[in-house]
Amino acid sequence: MSLRGNKITAAQKGFLHPLGFNRRRFVYIFFFVCSLYFCFSSFTETNPYFVITVKDLEFTNPLGFPQPVYDFKNNKVTPEGFVLGRKLFYDPILSKDSSVSCAFCHQRIAAFAHIDHTLSHGINGSIGNRNVPPLQNLIWQQTFMWDGGINHLELQPLAPITNGREMAESLKGVLAKLQNNKAYEADFKSAFNDTLITSEKLLKALAQFTGMMISSNSKYDRYVKGEEDFSLHELNGLQLFRSHCINCHKEPLFTDNTFRNIGLKPDTALRDSGRIKITGIADDYMKFKVPGLRNVEMTYPYMHDGRFRTLQQVLAHYANGKFFTNYDKSIEKNIGLTAQEQADIIAFLKTLTDQQFLHDRRFADPNFR
Amino acid sequence: MSKMKKVRHCRRLLSKTDAIGVKIKRNRATVVLYVAALLFITTSFTTPVEKAKLFIHIEHYAGMQPLQMDTVYYKNELGQTFTVSRFRYYLSNIKLKKTDGTEVNLPGYFLVDEADPESKSITLSHVPEGNYHALSFTIGVDSLHNCSGAQSGALDPVNGMFWTWNTGYIFMKMEGHADASTSPGHIFEYHIGGYMAPNNCIRKAELDFGKKGLTIYDNKDNGIAIKADVLQLLKTPTTIDFSRLSSVTDFHNATIIADNYADMFTINADE
Ligand code: HEC
Ligand code: HEC
Repeated sequence: MSLRGNKITAAQKGFLHPLGFNRRRFVYIFFFVCSLYFCFSSFTETNPYFVITVKDLEFTNPLGFPQPVYDFKNNKVTPEGFVLGRKLFYDPILSKDSSVSCAFCHQRIAAFAHIDHTLSHGINGSIGNRNVPPLQNLIWQQTFMWDGGINHLELQPLAPITNGREMAESLKGVLAKLQNNKAYEADFKSAFNDTLITSEKLLKALAQFTGMMISSNSKYDRYVKGEEDFSLHELNGLQLFRSHCINCHKEPLFTDNTFRNIGLKPDTALRDSGRIKITGIADDYMKFKVPGLRNVEMTYPYMHDGRFRTLQQVLAHYANGKFFTNYDKSIEKNIGLTAQEQADIIAFLKTLTDQQFLHDRRFADPNFR
Repeated sequence: MSKMKKVRHCRRLLSKTDAIGVKIKRNRATVVLYVAALLFITTSFTTPVEKAKLFIHIEHYAGMQPLQMDTVYYKNELGQTFTVSRFRYYLSNIKLKKTDGTEVNLPGYFLVDEADPESKSITLSHVPEGNYHALSFTIGVDSLHNCSGAQSGALDPVNGMFWTWNTGYIFMKMEGHADASTSPGHIFEYHIGGYMAPNNCIRKAELDFGKKGLTIYDNKDNGIAIKADVLQLLKTPTTIDFSRLSSVTDFHNATIIADNYADMFTINADE
């Protein structure tokens, strides 16, 4: 950059800056820097990929789905609230040493389960005692966790936040950190019209984000609506599924929201006894929540403790009939499913993969702008 | 205008207050009187009698003595000595009952904590005037509010009276030391909650005011004192042996303690 020409004029005016600036040049540079700044900031803050509008959050109950259990009337979803929930979900500030975020365990590409981890991993590499389930269609769920211990979507985050092997923080600690954070103060203000950061607002913002995670546009959904055809294998798989599995994995959410024992042998190291831990009722021993099977192709490994790595292994369990005591009799009709039948059921299960949901920009990590 | 005339005017005005549209002779005095009369009528409507307040003072006892934390040793039914280091619980669904069977609901959720003197004084406003024969309340939190998601105030989970892994409020926490306890450090801890059968720990207390009853007057602060006795929590129907039951932190054995705390409260007649 040559400054000579101006240097002379500046010198003529009797004003010579040691670095060769004169006032006019300074003004030019100032404007140049400003415009760069605005370009950059408008890129990061209004990158359309991350912008959430009211239209993005419009909710219509998917065709054939029951009425949701969670009522957004008491927690109206707004772009500001949703964006705050998204920020919190991806922010390790919720954990004690700022190392673990919700997304650390719940990955978008796996429908928010954790790909390839049998048991969850939390703070300081500690290992949890259960497999991370996917987060999808949560507003139709009556209870949460494999044992149904949590009865409300809004209260769910309290469990990982305070669990010593997950985020190991206290609710008080999280609130103090958020309250001391200027950016969050502004975010809560725009979401709730109030700068006071409380647990209620924290939990409601997270529920706005996780509650909107809805998967309803898989090949199966399009088949049901008559928009797409199934292959012969898929069709056969669907028929077998409807005769063998539907008793528990009820359409269209692929769960009947009950707890069942499917004859899995208890793991002697984990000593996870399932629903009995919540209810204290003897009959609930080794019962676990019937998982919804949407996106099941992506949520491996399977079962509450991730004991099966593949869908083939799951089907083999149902077919081989080596069930541990006190199992639900309705799994008996799966005994003897042939290899071909098992393969067809798996072909059908893969039609539950919802690419639109797995790549939905609304749920993407906003830190990767 | 003479005095007599004014009075007559006034009378005429008052008789016309229900027909404001009627033509009034607009000399100045009339207007003044008219406004004065209106003012009188409206003010008599806007300052209603103030509904009564009721203060419930809660005092914590160990038998006959006021409870003291940490320092003083008490004895349970079996003669085992213990100290108390924490004592807090929820009260809700407070009702006053009249002799004719009618009830007045006084809504609110209250977290009473020995360590927080202010929490031991519950203020209820808008209590209707009258004579009441009993007070009833819930020890704990009703099932609806155990299933209502994120809440604020006394029910904010930040208060530490909430189970995160098995949703529900902890209705009562009592902790302390007892030499007989086999837990590490000889501590005992009773964290009691649960709103679902068969482990429902919600209990109802009903306290009778006796022959005279409790008379609540408008425009007046009314007070009653009730007493919560930690020794009662350790007996009837079940005598607690610290060497056998020193830790209750989930549904296991929870209803035993709940049945014990159901009769922990009495009206403090000394006050
Ligand atoms: C350390 C890993 C980990 C972290 C961090 C974590 N979760 Fe989870 N999440 C799990 C596991 C494991 C389960 C199943 C636990 C169980 O059943 O006991 C689960 C269950 C859930 C469920 C219930 C799903 C269902 O179908 O029942 C929701 C909702 C959820 N998590 C949301 C969150 C949110 C929001 C956060 C952040 C505040 C979070 N999780 C942080 C591992 C984690
Ligand atoms: C008696 C009810 C019942 C029947 C019938 C049943 N399931 Fe299941 N299924 C369950 C329960 C409960 C679990 C979770 C068990 C656990 O984790 O301990 C489960 C788990 C699964 C999983 C693992 C999902 C995950 O995310 O980990 C798959 C896949 C599955 N079932 C497929 C099927 C298929 C295919 C059929 C029919 C051949 C079938 N199920 C029949 C109750 C049932």
